Amino acid sequence: MAHKQQRFDPYDMNGGTCVAIAGADYCVIAADTRMSTGYSILTRDYSKLCKLADKCIMASGGFQADVKALQKALSAKHLIYQHQHGKQVSCPAMGQLLSNTLYYKRFFPYYAFNVLGGLDNEGKGCVYTYDAVGSYERVGYSAQGSGSTLIMPVLDNQLKSPSPLLLPAVDAVTPLLEAEAIDLVKDVFASATERDIYTGDRLEIMVVNAAGTRTEYVELRKD
Amino acid sequence: MAQSVIEVPSKGGFSFDLCVRNDMLAKKGVQLPSYRKTGTTIVGLVYKDGVVLGADTRATEGSIVCDKNCEKIHYMAPNIYCCGAGTAADTEAVTDMVSSQLNLHRYATGRQSRVVTALTLLKTHLFSYQGQVSAALVLGGVDVTGPHLHTIYPHGSTDSLPYATMGSGSLAAMAMFESQYREGMTREEGIHLVSEAIRSGIFNDLGSGSNVDVCVITKDGTEYLRNHMLPNPRTYVSTRGFSFAKGQTEVLSTKIKQLKEKVVEVAVEGADAMEE
Repeated sequence: MAHKQQRFDPYDMNGGTCVAIAGADYCVIAADTRMSTGYSILTRDYSKLCKLADKCIMASGGFQADVKALQKALSAKHLIYQHQHGKQVSCPAMGQLLSNTLYYKRFFPYYAFNVLGGLDNEGKGCVYTYDAVGSYERVGYSAQGSGSTLIMPVLDNQLKSPSPLLLPAVDAVTPLLEAEAIDLVKDVFASATERDIYTGDRLEIMVVNAAGTRTEYVELRKD
Repeated sequence: MAQSVIEVPSKGGFSFDLCVRNDMLAKKGVQLPSYRKTGTTIVGLVYKDGVVLGADTRATEGSIVCDKNCEKIHYMAPNIYCCGAGTAADTEAVTDMVSSQLNLHRYATGRQSRVVTALTLLKTHLFSYQGQVSAALVLGGVDVTGPHLHTIYPHGSTDSLPYATMGSGSLAAMAMFESQYREGMTREEGIHLVSEAIRSGIFNDLGSGSNVDVCVITKDGTEYLRNHMLPNPRTYVSTRGFSFAKGQTEVLSTKIKQLKEKVVEVAVEGADAMEE
């Protein structure tokens, strides 16, 4: 009988769900605030959103230690960029930077599932969605994390976006008004919380538009 | 001496015919399907005049909630109920089976069932399956010898206790019992403490959730308080409501193929009577 050796396992899964929706002149980025492991809740009030630049917010689920390391790496890079160029990184540039940062660790990945949301250089809403090793795409809306499989089909139905292969390219932004998008986000999170045990406690929503960013909170089920 | 192998038809019980095949498939890396588990909080306590049982109502399959309001307090006899945690199919089957045996036993003896009878039937069944029947139970009831509360583990070991918890939320629930249980509690105090223990499981254990079920058994009768508490209403309902437009799935091409005519119409005399 072969001797089973205890292996070092550096990863944990802390759950959480993230959603971002881009509109013509706004972007809504949202995530729940539950952090858990196994069948236990570690905290009911942990923010998964990170404001990387004035018009650029990252929402991340997965392993929170890796997420924290990723946020620190990106913030440090952004600080250097500001010193060198005297301006904020744009959201599309941060999108590429996030992809490169993830792919740099291709064979020992950051166990993080990210959505990046904000405004592009023309002031239009933009959303970038990622896998853990840096594959990314600009889309009109996206969901990531433990409840993404419950939310994504609803967004597909309500916010059907044109094929990215169409020529000439069609804008991916959703037709909803800002208030309607926020309402939809609240509803899909309430629904995901009903069926996903790793989503719940509280919903944190950040809205980016020409006026700046604002945050609102909605209570979710706590069981 | 020649040993003859005779195929004997099975006398009931489980069939293990596919175990060898499943082992072989598992070794080749085939993922076996998961079972519906009631990752659960179930509790019970003995009070002044009887027994109070409690359970949450969430059933999970992995990280997905597959039933938000299931029943985990099972009927065994009019004076005996049993809370089940573990694989839903096992807890249901094992309690149904023993319940039926108790019923037959009552017909044969003409007496009320005793809790020890249920306990013995359950533990012998579970023991004979070496823990493969994954049912963790809290059995409670009142019989001619007084109120009784037992826990039964999947391997068949049992305990007799004044207060008991089981399932993934057992630690959260036991915390409430250990800090607040007293001997000789009243009915109201008993229900309150059981509810608090279940709520502790619901809010602190991810395998437990939704509502609180309670069952009170005394020598004078049983009261099943289904959904005694509903502490988890939906938090948000869209003000706009939803409409589901047709054509969300894009039609890329359409082709209609005409079926060949296979039925030939034949005029039959006197067929007019069938018309209209």
